Amino acid sequence: MNYPQGTLIRNTTTTRINHWITAACFVLLMLSGLSMFHPMLFFLSGLFGGGQWTRAIHPWIGIVLLISYAGLIVQFWRDNFWNRDDIAWLRSIDLVLMNEEEGVPELGRFNAGQKFVFWSMALLVPGLFVTGILIWDAYFSVFTTIETQRVALLIHSLAAIAAILVWIVHVYAAIWVRGSVRGMTQGYVTPGWAWRHHRKWLRRLAATGSRGPTPRAGGDRPTT
Amino acid sequence: MADLQSQDYIRRSASTLTPPSIRDHQQEVAKLIDVTRCIGCKACQAACMEWNNLRAEIGHFEGSYDNPMDLNPSTWTLMRFTEWDNDEGNLEWLIRKDGCMHCEDPGCLKACPAPGAIVQHANGIVDFISENCIGCGYCIKGCPFNIPRVDPVDHKSYKCTLCSDRVSVGLEPACVKACPTGAILFGSKADMTSWAGERIVDLKSRGFANAGLYDPPGVGGTHVMYVLHHADRPSIYAGLPDNPQISAFVSAWKGVLKPLALAGVAFAAVAGFLHWIVEGPNEVQPEDEAQAERLLKDSEKAL
Repeated sequence: MNYPQGTLIRNTTTTRINHWITAACFVLLMLSGLSMFHPMLFFLSGLFGGGQWTRAIHPWIGIVLLISYAGLIVQFWRDNFWNRDDIAWLRSIDLVLMNEEEGVPELGRFNAGQKFVFWSMALLVPGLFVTGILIWDAYFSVFTTIETQRVALLIHSLAAIAAILVWIVHVYAAIWVRGSVRGMTQGYVTPGWAWRHHRKWLRRLAATGSRGPTPRAGGDRPTT
Repeated sequence: MADLQSQDYIRRSASTLTPPSIRDHQQEVAKLIDVTRCIGCKACQAACMEWNNLRAEIGHFEGSYDNPMDLNPSTWTLMRFTEWDNDEGNLEWLIRKDGCMHCEDPGCLKACPAPGAIVQHANGIVDFISENCIGCGYCIKGCPFNIPRVDPVDHKSYKCTLCSDRVSVGLEPACVKACPTGAILFGSKADMTSWAGERIVDLKSRGFANAGLYDPPGVGGTHVMYVLHHADRPSIYAGLPDNPQISAFVSAWKGVLKPLALAGVAFAAVAGFLHWIVEGPNEVQPEDEAQAERLLKDSEKAL
């Protein structure tokens, strides 16, 4: 992909493809899962060709999501460690929510909100996978007791709702913070975006002469 | 099936509206299985297969009178044999006809996510409507008696229908008709309860002090009831639950979690929208671009 001159690479092509496979799986799982969760949402099963198809396809999409999200973990985990800046950022969360940039600490590649989304999903996705296997009636029901499956169903539902809430935060934040969506569709952000939201990341790229997404990833020097 | 309407539903799975229920003026029915009169001939099992056209795959002899060893999609009722050492050290041969209990508060129906796949008729019969079944197996998790079985080929769940097709035209269930000793009776729940009362008096007079009726209140009572000689310990009858109840996990999942989860999701979405209209988007300003430009230029020089 040719990134416009003077922009920074926020996400590589690999990351973007990986992200959107995950996103597509998540949306399909959410729609099919909700159709089996609440009677008022059963109509969503029509999107998958009816209840039988929904029931049959949901776990397979889950497997793809698990593999896909593992790819995202591999690519993102290093930059998602919690640090002091995150605590300072959370202390000034009221300013962040009011679009007030004065007084908000400078941040690296990810802020505490993004890290929260990352780690929540890193916990919820495997949790959903394990409990999902236990209630995958066609193949795995013979290996566990019914009582185990009852517990798994409850945990699966709770984890799914938690994941949907995290997903709403994630999607809204991307819409709210202008320029972020392009960072994941076309892969680039402007230096001004980096200055405003991830100044330490920008400083690091500038100091190492990297275009992004990380100094380690190398890339061309940003042309100005 | 839609052309043969019951219009007597008192419960319908995964439905938020009142099901068609205008034709509800009928008595609650019950099947009474008098375990104390059963000789274990399996005529009921054969009659069930015959009437419902069910032929399970032929299995292997497992050293037990139980045949097959468990319920399956093609075996809706099953004689379970137990050799029980009683308190006097004597052997008692307990034979129980297992199958759907047709609970007043059916756990299968509560757990079912498919609208109309499980219904409860005004007479108390709990029936699976296969065309609506999605094969998820949630009914298995909901059932306190471990009854429904999902077929691996057609992915539909099956169990005893209490011969709802026969009952709806005034016949008794096939197993009742076939029983040679009168151990299985069918009628209104009130009649069956009162007949069971007479039997229990009789049994008590013959030394079975703990004889009683099994109509477990934990599931609101059942439309299949047992007369047991040892009603104080149902579990000796091949694991008949002592106090069956819909699992607390299933109740939490299908009770409080459903509305709470949707409310939570709706709240999060509305909160996001409100933030959007109150605070609006966070846009990069020209000053940001200028500052970034300066930083990049300076570091370029430094490199």
